[in-house]
Amino acid sequence: MNGKMKKEDLLKDPDFKKLVAQKDSISWMLTVMELVLYFGFIGLIAFSKPFLGMKISGAITVGIPIAVGTIVLSWVLTGVYIWWANSRYDDMVQKIKDKVGG
Amino acid sequence: MPQTSIGQVHATSIIFFLIFVLVTLAITYWAAKRTRSTKEFYAAGRSITGFQNGLALAGDYMSAASFLGIAGLVSTRGYDGLIYSVGWLVGWPIIMFLIAEPLRNLGKYTFADVVAFRLQQRPIRAAAAAGSLTTVLFYLIAQMVGAGTLIKLMFGLPYELALAIVGSLMIAYVIFGGMLATTWVQIIKAVMLLGGATILVLMTLGKFDFSFAELFSQAEALYTVKFMQPGGLVSDPIDAFSLGLALMFGTAGLPHILMRFYTVPDAKQARKSVFVATGFIGYFYILTVTIGFGAAVLVGQKIIMGIDAGGNMAAPLLAETLGGTAFLGFLAAVAFATILAVVAGLTLAGASALSHDLYVGVLRRGVSAEREEVKVAKIATVCLGVAAILLGILFKGQNVAFMVGLAFAVAASANFPALLMSIMWKNFTTKGAVASICTGMVLAVLLIVLSPTVWVDIIHKDEVQAVKTAVVGLDSMAKQSQLRIDDLQKQLTVATGMNNRNAAIETAISIEKSSLADIEAKKAEANTAMPAAIVKYKNPGLFSMFAAFFVGILVSLLWPEKEAAAKYADLKLREYAGIGAE
Repeated sequence: MNGKMKKEDLLKDPDFKKLVAQKDSISWMLTVMELVLYFGFIGLIAFSKPFLGMKISGAITVGIPIAVGTIVLSWVLTGVYIWWANSRYDDMVQKIKDKVGG
Repeated sequence: MPQTSIGQVHATSIIFFLIFVLVTLAITYWAAKRTRSTKEFYAAGRSITGFQNGLALAGDYMSAASFLGIAGLVSTRGYDGLIYSVGWLVGWPIIMFLIAEPLRNLGKYTFADVVAFRLQQRPIRAAAAAGSLTTVLFYLIAQMVGAGTLIKLMFGLPYELALAIVGSLMIAYVIFGGMLATTWVQIIKAVMLLGGATILVLMTLGKFDFSFAELFSQAEALYTVKFMQPGGLVSDPIDAFSLGLALMFGTAGLPHILMRFYTVPDAKQARKSVFVATGFIGYFYILTVTIGFGAAVLVGQKIIMGIDAGGNMAAPLLAETLGGTAFLGFLAAVAFATILAVVAGLTLAGASALSHDLYVGVLRRGVSAEREEVKVAKIATVCLGVAAILLGILFKGQNVAFMVGLAFAVAASANFPALLMSIMWKNFTTKGAVASICTGMVLAVLLIVLSPTVWVDIIHKDEVQAVKTAVVGLDSMAKQSQLRIDDLQKQLTVATGMNNRNAAIETAISIEKSSLADIEAKKAEANTAMPAAIVKYKNPGLFSMFAAFFVGILVSLLWPEKEAAAKYADLKLREYAGIGAE
């Protein structure tokens, strides 16, 4: 490629299109997973209290690992995003930045 | 009254608190030399690392109310308290996936920068500032009233004096040290709070051979299996979803949280800070829940609720039981520091909406010298600080717990939809954004005012009381009347054969019966005067947030804005690749 690309052309650039598509699909996929996780939990509380109240071992009920699991999994999902962004997103961004020279 | 030294002034708490104040004032002095330009005042010169900002974000979010409140809720209501703590965390992944990087790439100091990126500056900044200020003020009032009550409860200081101390210190941090000092105050406080809570949990678990199973089985033995099961906190499914939505998306619309993303150098550090913050906040809630269960077993509900009916003193009482007055003093100082740091962050966010969005963006049409803008921001800080103290005094003794919920509902309805649509949707327009913000804000406030929480429990508190008193009075009259009827009927059986007397008694009974019917009718009438909530649901989030999205989309489609759509290309490059980001 000769010289640097113009901003306007960049929008039609396949690399930029790929970057947008991948970022959007990862972001929305993880958002939907988080919504399912949390509202699934709320749904259990609203509609299925006896299930959450069932005992697993000793005094520990099903609800306790589910609640703590929702907190831990939410954090893990942010970790998944970080892992994706560090390993893929940053490289793609750098490639685009090299094309416009800044 | 059980033996506790809560409410007395301890040497240890004063020493710890003075150390905290001295250290933070020293930091403010250091930061003052680095707080001259707007970039330094609002955004700490973008010099904060992702990890530091993660701690500061966690500090902003872990308020004394959530620490003491969730521990209290768990200690008094068991599993229901745990449900609540989950709701406070789940907004953070949303910030990570949808907001953090675009916000950092597109904006400068406030989230209004992002909404106004390709729309008309003045109307957007005015509307966004209104949304920010409403959120900040409700949150600030709740924090100040909580602060005054808490400090009075823990240190025995008069309410007004406590507010004056908190208010003056926070004004000092912000006007002299700007965002740099506020961030470090927040980091120090976060470390103190996480450290204190960790020590408390280790001491608690030490009593149970470091086994959660043992802790839970002792809790169950004391308070039955119901303590470990979901109870009545979430009764109406629609209310539960509505609250969940407000907590989740409100977190992603809190101005003082959003503002923090401008303190880091780039989008990569912004996303790192969300990961760090989410980890620390999740860890903190797990600690807090453990403290709640520990307090229920080791201190006991009777003692906890004897000191404060809401259970807010569960964590300090546990600290005293396990670590004596020295540890209680340390924790009291941590709670004080926590309040101070949170109100400082809120004040800075409010001041930036006043100076950056309203003064520069609206009044001066975006043209203002750096020095002038910083000066205006500092004046705004003092005004907000004084307003916070006065509002705190005005709302003394009032039930302001609903204001935190209101702040989240407004953030989720006024700030979040406009922010998200401005980033994601090409055809979003100025009119659409203003309509969306106004709809979300007005509807959230209106629905809460008309809900049982405010309409019945606060606005019509006296009427409710009057009706209750009247009904209780009529009830006892009815009982007496019934007793008289019973009595007369007994006489009737005894006096069989004496027709005249019986006839007289029958008459007496029928008179008494009609007066009883009268009383019952009066009772029914009194009960109709009982104020009913105009809106059944306690949480407006579901309705106000969807209305904000709907109105925003509808208005944008009806009145398209070509200029805004044309600038979308620029936005996209900057949003996804950070090209041209400040």
